[in-house]
Amino acid sequence: MFNAKYIWPGIVLFVVLFTAPFWLNANTKTYVRPEIALPEKGAECIEPRAFMAAEHMQLLDTWRDMALREEKRVYVSSSGKEWAISLQNTCMTCHSNKVDFCDKCHDSNSVDPYCWDCHVEPRGNK
Amino acid sequence: MKNRRQFLKVAGLSTLGLAGGLALPGMARAAGLKDSYRSGQEALKGGHWGMVIDTRAFDSPEKFEAVISACHKYHNVPAINSKREVKWIWKDGYHQTFTDQKDNYPAKDVLERKYLMLCNHCVNPACVRVCPTQATFRRSDGIVVMDYHRCIGCRFCMAACPYGARSFNFEDPRNFLEDRELNVSFPTRMRGVVEKCTFCSELLAVGKAPLCVEASEGAIVFGDLDDPASDVRKVLAENFTIRRKPTLGTEPSVYYII
Repeated sequence: MFNAKYIWPGIVLFVVLFTAPFWLNANTKTYVRPEIALPEKGAECIEPRAFMAAEHMQLLDTWRDMALREEKRVYVSSSGKEWAISLQNTCMTCHSNKVDFCDKCHDSNSVDPYCWDCHVEPRGNK
Repeated sequence: MKNRRQFLKVAGLSTLGLAGGLALPGMARAAGLKDSYRSGQEALKGGHWGMVIDTRAFDSPEKFEAVISACHKYHNVPAINSKREVKWIWKDGYHQTFTDQKDNYPAKDVLERKYLMLCNHCVNPACVRVCPTQATFRRSDGIVVMDYHRCIGCRFCMAACPYGARSFNFEDPRNFLEDRELNVSFPTRMRGVVEKCTFCSELLAVGKAPLCVEASEGAIVFGDLDDPASDVRKVLAENFTIRRKPTLGTEPSVYYII
C-alpha cells in the first residue's frame, strides 16, 4: 500500500476516536431514572402514566394549537373524562412541584424546554 | 423470466404499498387525536365580536384606571414607564385617537375628553398580512389573536398596525412584575415577542365577558356584530358612532359613541 505508514495509524486513530463514546462510558454508572415527585392528591393523570411520560411534549404541542388556533379548549381523554386545556390551570394544579417533577427529569435528560419563560411556575415551590 | 419493465412495475407498486402502510397508522392516529378536542359547552360563540365604547361615560381618570388596571393586572402586562411601555388598553386625547377627523374646532367637551384605545380586531388586519410566521391570525369569530410561541419578534406587525395597538417586549417583562402579584392563571410574555389585546378570548371560552367590559360598569358594550338582536347592534342603532381611521379600510370592530 502506498503511504501505508501514514494511512494505518490514521485509520487506527479514527476508529479509536469514533468509538470513544462507547468505551469511555463502558465502566461508568448506568442511567437511573430520576425519582420524580408525583402529586400527593393521588388522582389519575389525564392519560395513563406511560403515555404521559413518553408523549407529554407532543400532547402539549397539540394542546397549544387546538386551544389557540382551533378554539377547542376541552380535551377528552382516552377514558372519556374532560379536561380544560391549560398548562398552568390544569397540569400544574396537581403537578405543583416543578423542581421535583418537571426539572428533575428534564435535567437528567439534558433537555431545556422554555415553557417557563412565559408560563408562570406553580406556587408549590415557594 | 421477468424483463426490466415488469420488474420496475412490481418494484414501484411495492414501494407505494410500503409507504402507504407506514403512513396509514400515523394518519389514523392523527385523525383520532382531532376527535379528542372540542370547545367548552359554556363558551360564547359569535360570528364577529365587536365593541362599542360610550366615551361620554368615561368622565374621570378613575373610570379609565379601573378598566385599564383590570385588564393589565389579569393579563400580567408590565408597567414600564418609558418608550418601551407595554399596553393592551390605554387612553389619549381626541386628536390622537381620531386622526381621520378633520374638524379643526370640535366641541369643547369632545376635545377635552379622553378616549380608550385597544386593538380594533379589524376585519382586514394589516398585522396579520405582514406576519411572516402566522403568529398573528384572525379567528373565525373575528378576534385577531397572537400565538406567542410562534412570534419571532420581527415587529412587522407593529409597523403595520395603524392604531399602535401592539407593544414589543424589549426586556424580560418579569423584571417589571412583582412575583407575588403575578396572576398565576395567565402566562406572562418573554423578552423579544410582541403582545396585544386578545378581546379576552380565554374568558369568552369559559363563558365570561371581557374584563374591560366588566370593569366599565356598562360604558363598554360587547357582543356579536353579525347578530342584529345583539346588545352591540342595539347600541349602534340608537347612537351615532365613529371608528378610528376608517379611511384605511381595515374595518375596525371597535366603535365609539361621541
